[in-house]
Amino acid sequence: MSDNSSMNRSRDRPEVRTMGDSEPKRYGRGLFLATVVGGLTSLAWGKPVWSHVSAALSPAEGLVPFVPHDGWRIYTVSGSMPTFDAATWRLQVGGLVENGGLDLSYAELRALPRAHQVTDFHCVTGWTVPKVRWSGVRIADLFAQARPLPEAHALQFVSAEEPYVDYLTMKQALLHDVMLAYEMDGKPLAREHGAPVRLVIPEMYGYKNVKWLRAINLVPETQSGYWEYLGYDRDAWVGRSNGYHS
Amino acid sequence: MSIGITWVRRFSKTERTLHWVNAAGFLLLLATGLVLYLPRLSILVGRRPLVKDVHYWGGIGWIAALALVALLGDRRGLLRTARDLERLTPSRFNVGQKVNALLTAAFALLFLASGLLLHFGERDTRFRWASTVVLHDGLLYASLVLLAGHLYLAVIHPATRHSLRGMTRGTVSESWARRHYPHWF
Repeated sequence: MSDNSSMNRSRDRPEVRTMGDSEPKRYGRGLFLATVVGGLTSLAWGKPVWSHVSAALSPAEGLVPFVPHDGWRIYTVSGSMPTFDAATWRLQVGGLVENGGLDLSYAELRALPRAHQVTDFHCVTGWTVPKVRWSGVRIADLFAQARPLPEAHALQFVSAEEPYVDYLTMKQALLHDVMLAYEMDGKPLAREHGAPVRLVIPEMYGYKNVKWLRAINLVPETQSGYWEYLGYDRDAWVGRSNGYHS
Repeated sequence: MSIGITWVRRFSKTERTLHWVNAAGFLLLLATGLVLYLPRLSILVGRRPLVKDVHYWGGIGWIAALALVALLGDRRGLLRTARDLERLTPSRFNVGQKVNALLTAAFALLFLASGLLLHFGERDTRFRWASTVVLHDGLLYASLVLLAGHLYLAVIHPATRHSLRGMTRGTVSESWARRHYPHWF
């Protein structure tokens, strides 16, 4: 014992000491088990609770510069992201289309009728980015330039990030809020978000929203895309697929 | 500080090995995990599939190495330490250290469970749950808070940083130990 014992006293917690001569209670074991059990059960309640908490905290989000507070996480399947050069970039529209299809430059893509929308983006791993502002081209306006043949019932979206590819049925691709987006939140699409143009289909999980588009092919029917080969659903409706139920 | 100091054994070789294996594994997983998690770092580093593999196998190796040290080391000594940690009363450790050790152990198990779910969820819908990523991220933040406090007390704070010697060389000065751990003796 010495004069300095008050120094470490501050790190001790006298209030949890058991008094008397009885065997001290095993609060340590209790703390360990409660943490493990609490953590494991959070697999059932974590997401709904966290979305309430983060909504309450959202005014303070800008205070933490490094944390991905805007919700985006950048997933890629290959070792490096495709680069974009406006001078040489092309978007091919081919397959079952009249007159052999299109070969659009970036300027030609930007010259097509322009649409806007504000939609939420949902990732199948559980994160969501609310109210993303997109600008781009509707599939129907693309079809005005490249008319699909009658036997075309699906679209293949080919990414410059090989071997990423995915499909939508004709009906899905013509939903009112599906677009080929070249702007996000008022700025040209950033490289990590799929520059210069990506597919946006808010009603389906992120993996259907193919980034770094380089070709769109009209095909007779859908096939399995990149993640669908790994067991993900082709019809990736938010809240109604991939094991989720709403 | 050399002559006239009595040294007392603070941590056994097994305890020290366990501590440093845990620290090395945690830092490897922290570094690779941040590359996967923070968009700016993801963009800077790229090579996501490689970083993912290192993170996954690093995590498996981390837990396996800890288990191996415990199995091959001084099991009886570790069991004694574990029983000591079960009671939140000052002994060889103060209560703050006990809470830190217990939470660190619990977090390791939860990191493993949620990490495996993330890994297999990418391959099988049955393991893909919406809250897994919330748990894994939450553990990261909680661990960083623990780590910051731990580093401050073990490396920076003048009154307590002598304890680092106990984790490197295994011994601390007896007078320091008597002052800081009056219930140990």
